[in-house]
Amino acid sequence: MQAAVILLPGLNRDRDMIAALTKITGQPPLTIWQTETTIPEDVDLIVVPGGFSYGDYLRCGAIAARMPVLQAVREKAARGVRVLGVCNGFQILVESGLLPGALMRNASLKFVCREVKLQVSNAATLFTSGYEAGQIIRCPVAHHDGNYVADAATLKALEDNDQVVFRYAEGTNPNGSINDIAGIINAEGNVLGMMPHPENLIENAHGGEDGRKLFEAALGLAAA
Amino acid sequence: MIKARVTVTLKNGVLDPQGKAIGGALSGLGFNGLRSVRQGKVFDIELEGSDRTAAESELKAMCDKLLANTVIEDYSIALL
Repeated sequence: MQAAVILLPGLNRDRDMIAALTKITGQPPLTIWQTETTIPEDVDLIVVPGGFSYGDYLRCGAIAARMPVLQAVREKAARGVRVLGVCNGFQILVESGLLPGALMRNASLKFVCREVKLQVSNAATLFTSGYEAGQIIRCPVAHHDGNYVADAATLKALEDNDQVVFRYAEGTNPNGSINDIAGIINAEGNVLGMMPHPENLIENAHGGEDGRKLFEAALGLAAA
Repeated sequence: MIKARVTVTLKNGVLDPQGKAIGGALSGLGFNGLRSVRQGKVFDIELEGSDRTAAESELKAMCDKLLANTVIEDYSIALL
């Protein structure tokens, strides 16, 4: 499967994401600059990485979400192509309307950079089929605005449809996110956004491989 | 030229940790009787032309498309 990484000014986790995808697939992903209006036909997985696009001006992800390439991502997503947004990428997907809700300043007002525990709340998605339902995995977080909020109706729909894919577990919620939400998927099941960084835990040199299965599943590489 | 001020505020019920921290700091400075502080944003915008009706609808579109995240924020537009 072909992966592509979206590039925007101010992102800084793009290199980590490219390195992770290269290690997992054996080939470097395509990179697509923000001004592009199309994404190649053969791309199966689009990744919006983390960082501080446009300096987080106005709101995190707000300006990035209005760049031409996001319209191309939207068109691909509507046709069922898999899209993964991590950290600022999650914020961008939320701002672009591809995922519901919003990500606000951490309740502590502090930037948090540490490891958390994640519960895989839904292991039946295209991204999490390599995990067991309810499994607790380790994952690093590094963000200032990861406090997920949504109105009551949106939250109920997310919970009723099993769209909450990852939750902070064992009291490790680092940001005050409602219902301990760390990652959500769209109703169609092909767009996942998450604050934690699975790309930073894919090999033993990282101290573990808990994030690797997410990419293997998303790329259709999961061992049978 | 038309001058406008757009004010963006958090919707009622949306938690505002920054406003809360600012409120805490004000209380610390001895401002008693503070009930709450909510933080918002102000945009001062100058537009070409003199058609105020057109300006208002243009500004509304700007708010809906970028200046406000209507999931969590409300906005108001004042032509000055």
